[in-house]
Amino acid sequence: MRRPIHIWGGIAAILITTVVFIVPFLFIVVNAMKSSREAAMRSFAMPAVWRLWDNLVEVIQTRDYMVLTAFVNSTILTVASVTMLVIFGAMVGYVLQRRPSIWTGPANFLILAGLIIPPAVVPTIWLLQGLGLFKTLHGLILIEVAYGLSFSVLLFRAFIATIPRELDEAAIIDGAGPMRIFFGIILPLLRPVVVTVIVVQSVAIFNDFTNPLYYLPGNKNATVQLTLYNFLSQFNTSYNLLFTDILLITIPPLIVYIFFNRQIVAGLTAGAVKG
Amino acid sequence: MVAEITRDDAPASTRIKPVRSPSPYPSWFYLPAAIIYGVLFLFPTVASLFFSLTRWTLFDATFIGLGNFQQFLKEPFLLQGLVNTLIYAVLTSGLKVVIGLALGVMLTSQIVARGYLRAVIFFPVLVSTVGVGITFTTLMHPTAGAINTTLALVGIHGPGWLTDPHFALISVALVDVWKGVGLAMVIYMAGIVAIPQEFYEAASIDGATGWQKFGSITLPLAMPATITVIILSLIGGLRSFDLIWAMTKGGPGFTSDVIASVIYKQYQAGFYGLSTAGNVVLFVLVAVLIVPLSAFLNRRQVEL
Repeated sequence: MRRPIHIWGGIAAILITTVVFIVPFLFIVVNAMKSSREAAMRSFAMPAVWRLWDNLVEVIQTRDYMVLTAFVNSTILTVASVTMLVIFGAMVGYVLQRRPSIWTGPANFLILAGLIIPPAVVPTIWLLQGLGLFKTLHGLILIEVAYGLSFSVLLFRAFIATIPRELDEAAIIDGAGPMRIFFGIILPLLRPVVVTVIVVQSVAIFNDFTNPLYYLPGNKNATVQLTLYNFLSQFNTSYNLLFTDILLITIPPLIVYIFFNRQIVAGLTAGAVKG
Repeated sequence: MVAEITRDDAPASTRIKPVRSPSPYPSWFYLPAAIIYGVLFLFPTVASLFFSLTRWTLFDATFIGLGNFQQFLKEPFLLQGLVNTLIYAVLTSGLKVVIGLALGVMLTSQIVARGYLRAVIFFPVLVSTVGVGITFTTLMHPTAGAINTTLALVGIHGPGWLTDPHFALISVALVDVWKGVGLAMVIYMAGIVAIPQEFYEAASIDGATGWQKFGSITLPLAMPATITVIILSLIGGLRSFDLIWAMTKGGPGFTSDVIASVIYKQYQAGFYGLSTAGNVVLFVLVAVLIVPLSAFLNRRQVEL
């Protein structure tokens, strides 16, 4: 039986969250449909003419199809770095969990360091220049991997602890080598946590603004987050196109959220319960 | 890609010895991750300790001792960045703990429409920070923004949220809370759901009120969640850059500058040594706050 407080409280909560959380998104959607003169008013009024499609076409054509290039760049960046994060992170988490050695202590320390230390920006740029990777997508991919490894390893190590060692031992007796055991037996069993890592990291990397700003400057290589600045200028902002672009780059995380809601929450709440 | 890096400067410590280990858990599994992490994260971090002591043009570095750090503590606008970083981090994590806990308790109760509420409050966590920043900058415009035009309808003259020096930093912090509180909420929900129901039943039999149950059961037993929320949001708050950059660029004046935006501004201005010193200051600040805090919080938890 639900007590009245749960019903009235629920209704109040629905009203408040709708105003606080839905209205800003509504504002984006409404203004993405207006003409540039109407959107310049920055109000919630319904558009006089619905022109989402025209705005969309205009956003895509701006600066020689820069948004399309940016989507391609962001997709390559996300897929490549998340792939490496999964494979390399799982390899480290596996050995770290299975075999305590002289490396365990330093590795644990470095994982924590990776979680809390803010990256040193200018020395990294200097290094990337030295390696010929500054302003290249390859360089940014490796940067995202370096910055995301700690979190991936933590998730993998915790999950691998739940896989019985007897499985590895049976495989060893059957004569399987380390590569066979890891890629043939362990990795397939890691599927739930692999999905979590993929989903959480790809949202983070797709939404990343700071690292592309520092390590991949220039319009030619823009990632999606930087395209917003195409429509934003101090004196002449095209609000309708700006909000259409925001709408466009919100769609991928929205799709991911609809399908992988559970995995995202699982990944982000790891550590909330004393294990 | 990886091979390119190994060729020039893999740190010696990450090279494996040519001894063939019969172990099914070979140490070389560490290697790909160790090379990428060591070269692109660890090496620049260590190098920053040196470069922060220099006047640096990327081509040559002149050693000037602690000059950059002195400048950081002497120049009012740099010092303000330091103070603002602390205000921002404490404000955002405090609000995330309080609101996150309230929402967590609410959404683990029998309230109607839990699924809807959770989905709606959590979604901003996944949205682009810059997009959120730009949207709220528009909503917070002093005259044309929807927030102040709505307040004007009920006769309140809203402040210049982002243009008034007294409000700018706080306004950005509030948007940060808006975007991040969903994460605190789901962390609390996971923590609260894990509390055994028997405790509440026993307390009910003893005649405890709702507040007593909250104070003596939920709050202490959700401590791991509180620790996670505080640590995560403090680290995030101290390092926060993109939201502030999208909303105020540190303005008006330097009133909403934080260390991370100072680092970017000094980098753009070509003061690479000073920018790197900013990085070291931020690093020290994070370490000095987070390490003792997590030790303290984790000890308290054992006592319970």
